[in-house]
Amino acid sequence: MKLDILYFAWVRERVGHSQETYETSAATVADLIAELVARDAGYAAAFADLSAICVAVDQELCDFNTPLIDCREVAFFPPMTGG
Amino acid sequence: MLARVQEAAFDFAAEVTAFQSTLTRSGAVVSFTGLVRDDTGSLDHMFIEHYPGMTYAALQKIADQAVEKFGLEKALVIHRYGRLQPGEAIMMVATAAAHRKDAFAGADYLMDYLKSRAPFWKKELSKDSATWVAAKDQDEAALAAWSSESAAKES
Repeated sequence: MKLDILYFAWVRERVGHSQETYETSAATVADLIAELVARDAGYAAAFADLSAICVAVDQELCDFNTPLIDCREVAFFPPMTGG
Repeated sequence: MLARVQEAAFDFAAEVTAFQSTLTRSGAVVSFTGLVRDDTGSLDHMFIEHYPGMTYAALQKIADQAVEKFGLEKALVIHRYGRLQPGEAIMMVATAAAHRKDAFAGADYLMDYLKSRAPFWKKELSKDSATWVAAKDQDEAALAAWSSESAAKES
């Protein structure tokens, strides 16, 4: 399955880019994170503290157990600071 | 209801006047605007990043929830992104209701949700540092308070 993965704020800075297309067979968000962390130190640093990471699947906020079936876009970011 | 995401500055007074001119059954309008604050006197500027694919829908959803929950006639949310100087307006909300309590509560609710459920991230840049603003525990506590309030009303 091909996914667009987006990164924002300090997650983007640690990973080193804002967007990528990624081929994966990960079943859930948590599986995807495990694959990414294994890629290089930047990803490992970005995902070192999962309590500081939020995720949206197809632009809806969700949690790490969310399945990735038929999903097209996953975004990782720190807790939001709007307002 | 009415939501806008933009880089450009907005005219707060003109927005409130325009908002007010469309109302047909409200007796109360509450408006709030948030400014770039310089706590230490060393802030050069703030940079606000957002998630373009998601931001507008998130603002719309939060505004719709406020309208529904407080029986508002209308709600307006404008939120900026990009580079902002100290003192510049970052965002505003306006709410209209028959009576002031719902208008105030609606605006308060909007602000609490915008803080932690709208995909914006603020970075403070000074001459020698660049820091992402961290979310506060109290931001999540504020949301929990709104949902426990609804649960109490329903039971």
